[in-house]
Formats: sequence, structure tokens, C-alpha cells
Amino acid sequence: MMTVTPMQESTLPKPAASATTDRPPRPDFLTVRNFNFFYGQKQALYDIQMDIPERQVTAFIGPSGCGKSTLLRNFNRMNELIDGVRHEGEIKLLGRSIYDPKLEVISLRRSIGMVFQKSNPFPKSIYENIVYGLRISGHNNKTELDEAVERSLRGAALWDEVKDRLHDSALGLSGGQMQRLCIARAIANRPKVLLMDEPCSALDPIATVKVEELIHELKKQFTIVIVTHNMQQATRCSDLTAFFYLGKLIEFDKTQKIFSNPSQKQTEDYITGRFG
Amino acid sequence: MSTPSATAESDFFQQTESRKSNFRALGNRTLSTICVGISLLTLVPLISILFLLIKNGLPLLNWSVFTELPPAAGMVGGGFGNAVIGTLVMVGLGLGFSAPIGVLSAIYINEYNPYGRLSNAVRFVAKLLTGIPSIICGVFAFAVVVATTNSFSAWAGGVALAVLMLPTILLTSEQALIGVQNAYREASYGLGATKFQTITRVVMPDALPAIMTGVMLAVARAAGETAPLIFTALFSQYWAKSLNEPTASLSVLIYNFATVPFPHQIQMAWTASLVLVALVTIANVTAQLVFTKKH
Repeated sequence: MMTVTPMQESTLPKPAASATTDRPPRPDFLTVRNFNFFYGQKQALYDIQMDIPERQVTAFIGPSGCGKSTLLRNFNRMNELIDGVRHEGEIKLLGRSIYDPKLEVISLRRSIGMVFQKSNPFPKSIYENIVYGLRISGHNNKTELDEAVERSLRGAALWDEVKDRLHDSALGLSGGQMQRLCIARAIANRPKVLLMDEPCSALDPIATVKVEELIHELKKQFTIVIVTHNMQQATRCSDLTAFFYLGKLIEFDKTQKIFSNPSQKQTEDYITGRFG
Repeated sequence: MSTPSATAESDFFQQTESRKSNFRALGNRTLSTICVGISLLTLVPLISILFLLIKNGLPLLNWSVFTELPPAAGMVGGGFGNAVIGTLVMVGLGLGFSAPIGVLSAIYINEYNPYGRLSNAVRFVAKLLTGIPSIICGVFAFAVVVATTNSFSAWAGGVALAVLMLPTILLTSEQALIGVQNAYREASYGLGATKFQTITRVVMPDALPAIMTGVMLAVARAAGETAPLIFTALFSQYWAKSLNEPTASLSVLIYNFATVPFPHQIQMAWTASLVLVALVTIANVTAQLVFTKKH
């Protein structure tokens, strides 16, 4: 297994300066070390090593069943909701183990937001969807919630479309709007990382473009990891790309490098569609 | 002179217009007709019951049947106010026992430990209990409550009805919870919710209408049961002063009055039946209106 911690900090493209933070982005914002993962007896991930840099978009690509979603769902420990799973190795966020017994899994999930393949707004109003994460952590001040709703919806480029019907059911939105609502809901918690599991696979091309533009905006504030089956999407909106195959991380490098001059034969075969 | 493609086209039309496809269309129409006919047929018993109840029950229906006590044998006048209250109280007691246990058990077996040994045992027993004859519930409540307190009582009737309702409430609540999309749970956990928050804020609000339907189903069944009440609450000619004494109920009153040779009592049994059906219907419709999904 080759080591795939490719980047020197100096080679990283500098992200746009953000108002939210002054310190330079960390190249090892989210780190994975010697990570193995099992569903019961079946091993799904083999010895993964990677450093995901801060305020960049990292795309996970690879054929179905290659483990990319499994790894993504380990970052916020969503996989633990499944019976009989087990992991070995370490994942660290900002140098701290996400498996630290002193770290509550609920606070981890608040700082690592997730957007799912199928948009899943609650059958509640648009407003209540956004403030859900705040309410469950005990924030009920109306001014604070109102502000969070506007900030999150603006952040998800949805404010202008829904500002007059915040108290209508979220289920009345279009597919693309629902997915942006889910993004707004995730960023209302002010997470550090945003995980996106094939966020556009159920959207039409126009809605997809909007979400991709949104990803471009969001990376100024958030570290984004996106799983995608769409290679054009990976080239359009990611800075780094990781290629997974059969539970192994084959190659992890700058997106441009992966798609123009991959160092592994398997990567080249996959991205050129010659995969068998 | 025709080109090969023209031949193919005419072949195609010949095929679609063939006797075989006419036969298929006929079969299709016949089956549709049969289904509609059978569906109409199922309405016949329901409508005849309603018709009979209204025809025979309406003449005696007036306000005094709710305010007066049952007439003695051979006497006319009176009502069954004590039986209406007795039925409401005992169904209420039964619901008070069985609904919390049933719904909370359903939450446990579906949300907390769906594949556990305890959950499987609970599910199995609940399914068994749905098939238990209602008279056995009465025998059970007699042994547990009546025999130990040495008195027929509304409490005993409530326990018998609770045993009867519990499996229905539990199993329909479980189905209601299974019906909640897993995506909602994932979204909630993904936003940092605890299991308790996920259940109370996302899962239960979504499952509530279906749970209420199950509860009303159980109530409707319990309200009409005679067998579990005969040897637990027995019957009473008088207004109940407490839950510790024999208590009248509509179903037992119907059973008593329908089997005596006095025309007035028999007519009153019809009226009581009409009132019982009306009460169950009102409860059902109200629950549907209150708990119907707003989305």
C-alpha cells in the first residue's frame, strides 16, 4: 500500500482569505491513520492514510462499493448507528481523536455537518428545519434563531427564494431547493467540516450547477469532503481528489494532477472509463 | 406491390387486431367488473348494519336515555346513562393502562433494540396475544383483580380491556414507527441529536397519526366487547359511585336486554347499539381530525 499523503503545504493553492478566521489553513485539518473498517466480518476499508486540508474541497471518487461513503460516514461516526461495525486506527480532527471517549459523539456531529444523497428535510417548516440543530442544543432565543435562519439560508443561496414562506412546509420545495435547504440546515450548526454524500446525484443539471456554485462559496468558510460518482463534478468543484478502489485508497492528489497525469494505472483506467 | 417494411406494418396491425388480443381485452374488462362488483358486495353488510341500527334504534333515542337508569324487567321508560358512563370509564381505564405500555414498548422494540432477543420475544408474544379470544382476557382479569379484591369492579373491567387492547396498540405503533423514513433519523443524528431527541422531535411527530389510528382501532374493538366485561365489571342497575363496584357497560346492557322477552328492553338494546356505534365513530373521526398530518 503506497502512502498517499501527497501534499506539501507550499504546493496547496491558497484559499481566499476568510473573514471568519485569520490563521492560515491547516494541511492536516482532518487526518486518517492506519484506518481499517469492518461491517461484521466484512472488511470495507484497508489501511487508509490521508490528510484532508482545511478550507479546501476534497472529492472522493471510485466505483460503487469502494468504501468512499463508508470513510465519509466515519468522519462524523454515523456508521456507528449500524449494528456490528468495528474500526481500527485513528481519525483526528484538528489533532484530536474523534474517538476520544471524552468527546461526545453529538458534539462531534455538530462540528462535522453532513448532507445526504437524497435530500431529507424534516416534514416541518423551512424555519424549523434550519433551527433544528440549534433547538436540540438548547438555543431557543427567537432573535438568535431568526438570525441563524437568515444567515444559513443566505449561505446556502436559498434566502431570496424562500424568505416569504419560511413557515411553509419544507416538503413543498423543489428537489434542488430541498438539497440546498439541507445544506443550510447543516451550516446552521456552524460546523468545521461539511461532508457531502453524492449531494447532486438526484438533482437535475441546473440544480446541480447551483449546488456546485454553492460548494465553491462554502469552501471559504468550511472544509468540504464530497463523495461523487460524477467525474466532471470532481474536476469542477474539488481541489483534491482521492480515488478509492476495493476499500483501498489508491491515489490522493491535486484534482488537476489526478485527472491529467495520474500516477497509478488503476486511477487512469477509472477516470478514462476503461475500468473493468 | 409492397415493400418489406409495409408488410411488417400490416403484420403489426393484423396482430393487434387479432382474436387473441380481443380475448385479452375482454378478460381485462371482466376482471375489472368482478372486482368492482365484489367491492360493492362488501358494502352490503356494513350498510345493512347501519340501516338496521338506525331503523330500530332511532325511535327510542332521546336525551333521557343518557340521563336515566335502565328499566326493571317488564317496565317501560328509563335509559342507560350508567352504561354509557361505564363504557367510557372502562375504555378510558383500559386505554390508560395499555396505550403508554404499548407505545413505549413499540418505541423500545423498533428504535432502541430492533434485533434484540427481548424485542423478538415481545413481538412474538404480542402477535400471539392478538389471537387470544377476548373471553380469556376476562378470565385473566377475573383471576388477577376480581378474585384478589373479592369484588367485581370497573378496575377489573379496565384491566381486561387493557389486555385486549395492548397487542393491537403495540403492533400498530411498531408499524407506524417502521413507516418513518430512515432518512429523517439520519438527518437528525447527523445534526447532533441524541436518540431521545430524535425520537421525541422527529420520529414520534411523524408516526403519531398512524399510532393514533392503531389506538382508535383498539378502542373501537374494546368498546364493543362484552365477554371480558361480563365477569370483571359485571353489570349494575345503578349509577356507579366508585371504580371499586360492579359497573354497567353498553355492551353488557345490549347482551342482557337483547336476551329478555320484553319488547321495550329489546328496542332499548337497539338504541344502545346505535349509541355505541355513534360513540366509537365520533371518537374515531375526532382522532383523525386532530392527528392528521399537516404536511
